[in-house]
Amino acid sequence: MERTTLDLWVGAFVVAGIGALVVLAMKVGNLSTYNVSESYQLQAYFDNIGGLKSQASIKSAGVLVGRVTEVRLDTDSYKARVTMNIDKRYQFPKDTFANILTSGLLGEQYIGLMPGGDTETLKNGEIIKKTQSAMVLEDLIGKFIYSKAEGSNEGSK
Amino acid sequence: MPVARSLRNIGHRVVNAVWRAGFAARFFAMTLLYSGTSFRRFHLVVREMFSSGVMSLIIILVSGMFVGMVLGLQGYETLKRYGSESALGTLVALSLVRELGPVLAALLFASRAGSAMTAEIGLMKATEQISAMEMMAVNPIARVVAPRFWAGVISMPLLSAMFSAMGVFGGYVVGVVLIGVDEGSFWSQMQSAVDFQHDVLNGVIKSFVFGVAVTVIALFEGYDAPPTAEGVSGATTRTVVQSSLAILILDFILTAFMFRGD
Repeated sequence: MERTTLDLWVGAFVVAGIGALVVLAMKVGNLSTYNVSESYQLQAYFDNIGGLKSQASIKSAGVLVGRVTEVRLDTDSYKARVTMNIDKRYQFPKDTFANILTSGLLGEQYIGLMPGGDTETLKNGEIIKKTQSAMVLEDLIGKFIYSKAEGSNEGSK
Repeated sequence: MPVARSLRNIGHRVVNAVWRAGFAARFFAMTLLYSGTSFRRFHLVVREMFSSGVMSLIIILVSGMFVGMVLGLQGYETLKRYGSESALGTLVALSLVRELGPVLAALLFASRAGSAMTAEIGLMKATEQISAMEMMAVNPIARVVAPRFWAGVISMPLLSAMFSAMGVFGGYVVGVVLIGVDEGSFWSQMQSAVDFQHDVLNGVIKSFVFGVAVTVIALFEGYDAPPTAEGVSGATTRTVVQSSLAILILDFILTAFMFRGD
């Protein structure tokens, strides 16, 4: 008699614990929105990736389509090679443009994919050829000051 | 010869500590070796899960709720300065799932269930129940220690998941219901920032490791306690102190491995 009520309590405990895990996975985590298993890999070379990290999101038109799996320096060209996992449901044309963008002013960096007009699509393991590097704030400020200085020089002549 | 005596004292302590560490390692190996019984007679584990897991539920749920509420309040006050209150959900969920859930649940588990395990086994030894089992050719490690070990190891990740879920709910109550942060951005920013594998699963792994550490320390201290009232009380204190230290040190090591930020 005592064992059955005890079993009930322990069973409820285990169910509640697993339920909490499911809540964490579905409601708190993003397991419901992004499935890792059905994906293909693409690669892209960037001159400068800024603060891009692995696990950063990949978006097209603002929709999450994949994640960055690996960032490393390619020692042949001294460019950054970024490996991306893209959801199988989304196919991109061969002339897709990959930009490194920032969400908000100080937010996380992510890769934005802008599809081109090519009829052929990128296959697993292929390389995105058209890329644009991250905006580095120091470079922008440097360029701004340089152009300002040049402008004032011309004005004085 | 006070110098010689103090030197002898230090040496004695060191040798004693090494001896105890060796015994603890052998004890852990024996527990794993003889845990077949606890799976063949699973009701032994279920009974221990009741006393260590189910009985810890109230303290875990209430603490989780309040920790989440405090996080919601403090996080809101800080984030408001940068005008990014919508990141409150991310802050609450990430800090709970990655760190506070596993660590605080393990600390509470160590003081709530670990100390009870030590006291129980220490008293069993003091009242010679353990020796009586050996007399009857019942292996006390298989019958008494291993079920408690597995009960702790199974309960710990479940408790920490409940702690985190409760904490997120507490943060939601304070942030969205009481303060009035936008509900949509609270959940959507949380979901885009928290990764299942990277954050939730690593939290589960952490709490599993803490569960092993806490139960092994608690059971070993009880098994090794001098069979006196004083010995048992000292062992209970040592359980809480050592397992708390072990949790925090292990947390640092695990965090260094898991979230190096590549």
